Amino acid sequence: MNATPELIAPPSAAPAPASPSVHSDGTTIPPPAFAKLFRRAPADVAARALPAALGVALIVHRLAAKNELANETQLYTQFLTGLLVAAGLAAVAQIFWTGLRQWLRENCPILAAAILLLGAWETITAGFRWLPMPYFPSPAGVLQSLVNDRALLFDSTWHSLLLLLGGYALGVAVGLVTGICIGWFPFARYWGMPVLKIVGPIPATAWIPLAMVVSPSAIFSAVGLIALAVWFPVTMLTASGISNTRASFLDVARTLGAGRGYLIFRVAIPAAMPSIFIGLFMGLGASFLTLVVAETIGVKSGLGWYVTWAQGWAEYGKVYAALVIMAAFFSTIMTLLFQLRDRVLVWQKGTIKW
Amino acid sequence: MVTLAAAPDLIAEGSSLRVREVSKSFAPADGNVAERGEETRALERVTLSVAAGELVSLVGPSGCGKSTLLRLIAGLDAPGAGELWVGPEPITAPSAERGLVFQDPNLFPWLTVRRNIEAGLVARGVLREKRNEVDEFMRLVGLEKFAGAFPHHLSGGMAQRVALARALINHPKVLLLDEPLGALDAFTRMKMQDEVLRLWRARRTTMLLVTHDIDEAIYMSDRIVILTPSPGRIERIIAVDLERPRQRSSPEFLRLRGDILELLHFAGSTAAA
Ligand SMILES: Nc1ncnc2c1ncn2[C@@H]1O[C@H](COP(=O)(O)OP(=O)(O)O)[C@@H](O)[C@H]1O
Ligand SMILES: [Mg+2]
Repeated sequence: MNATPELIAPPSAAPAPASPSVHSDGTTIPPPAFAKLFRRAPADVAARALPAALGVALIVHRLAAKNELANETQLYTQFLTGLLVAAGLAAVAQIFWTGLRQWLRENCPILAAAILLLGAWETITAGFRWLPMPYFPSPAGVLQSLVNDRALLFDSTWHSLLLLLGGYALGVAVGLVTGICIGWFPFARYWGMPVLKIVGPIPATAWIPLAMVVSPSAIFSAVGLIALAVWFPVTMLTASGISNTRASFLDVARTLGAGRGYLIFRVAIPAAMPSIFIGLFMGLGASFLTLVVAETIGVKSGLGWYVTWAQGWAEYGKVYAALVIMAAFFSTIMTLLFQLRDRVLVWQKGTIKW
Repeated sequence: MVTLAAAPDLIAEGSSLRVREVSKSFAPADGNVAERGEETRALERVTLSVAAGELVSLVGPSGCGKSTLLRLIAGLDAPGAGELWVGPEPITAPSAERGLVFQDPNLFPWLTVRRNIEAGLVARGVLREKRNEVDEFMRLVGLEKFAGAFPHHLSGGMAQRVALARALINHPKVLLLDEPLGALDAFTRMKMQDEVLRLWRARRTTMLLVTHDIDEAIYMSDRIVILTPSPGRIERIIAVDLERPRQRSSPEFLRLRGDILELLHFAGSTAAA
């Protein structure tokens, strides 16, 4: 019965389904083969893997850093040392603390791999200088830029957040209303669906020239563009969820004395929720894209703008620092939406597939 | 297994039901013009009266229009011709006075058991006044322990009990049951038959029960209506004059069973029961 949302999700649903790694409860459903591999590994082996990886990264760093200025690499040394101390303490603490042991056993492999990857990155950048500078700074350089420019980065993140939330909220609000109307009322479907089908697929960023002419300020046009990008998938999937409400639910509700309000708000909308959430995820992916582009074009603030600006000064450490922040920022928001979905769709637990 | 809360008020809640010369056809299914068949004549000139508080079964092969008749009485569809009345009122639209329970319990999966049972009260906007009745109905169907569970945790029998409670909480004058026990295993089904009878006796609701199971029809009903297919017509109405509680293996029971089977065979059925 809940198969429809999965079926109707077009391939462009990618942003949501493609990020299982940020799934809030991803730890509870590891791929079977993978899980088996680490269930066999004793906890202390897993716990030792992390300090070992950090040790390797630290040694690589000491060797590679010889080529660089000391004040540019100190911070990274401290960062790795701090992590090493923490990992060492955790390796000891897990002997007594079962919860931590469980956590380490599940997360150590991937964390250790990430640390080793940092080491590899440093080896080919700062170490052997295989990649052209200044386009590929070492992790130490990126960390240094991140810390040096933290005030501006924080400010940019804050502006991006405001812009994103404003645009997303507007797009979702309008999308839900239009989606419900198109899904429920035949006349709204007749007049609205063609508009949706023709206007909707145009990427929101293609409207930028028009938006710059029409809107009084760059912020307005950016909010409008993000809202437009969100509006289309939310409307489409809301409408489809509403119009696919199982007829027998509506029949039952009618024989229980339900009026139109109950049928729409207490039957059709809850029944459409799984589909609506797919729309919300697709809209979120579209909003990230539009945010970054809109910031690059008109708005003189935000992470998107920061990246272009730093690139203009050929400060690639800052570019990567902004990318790191963006990754953390976007995946946090995505995780929050996953958590909201898990909460709203508890009734569906067990049947959820993504 | 469940005892009735307090003394059940034996006020007759049911209403009489009259179906007069009702016909219903369905337009041929969509498809290209060449493939279109004739319209389906689901019911033809069906006339039936059910007294207040009576329990009547509808029996007949698949596709003879039993569900269609129930939907017409529920007001979910309009008849092509003929008239339907509940008590003194003609049926024009669905109403909480006529509860309907399908073979699939159709519980709202997003609501807990308790909220499912409350649904009728919420829909009619009387939840506040009647909140105390929710507990009563949960007890009536023995589901107090599952109040907070979501439907996908329930077994088939439990889900069907919730569906019954959800329909009964509106105190319908007529309860329409469309093969409500058809999907249950034999053991659960017999238990549920007794439960439905108990609810029926307690509330004196008029009940119209569609069933494939001739034993069930004889065990439960005051009268059995036998329908023939294409177009759906009433073949025979049989009064069941056995004393309650009925013995499923008594000679009278078995004789009646034999008669009906013969009749169904005579009616061209492939022993649908
Ligand atoms: N909504 C519908 N559209 C078209 N044909 C229908 C529809 N509902 C029922 N029918 C047809 O009407 C006939 C009677 O159906 P139904 O009342 O469901 O039979 P029963 O419940 O006795 O098995 C069948 O031939 C069925 O195909
Ligand atoms: Mg049927």
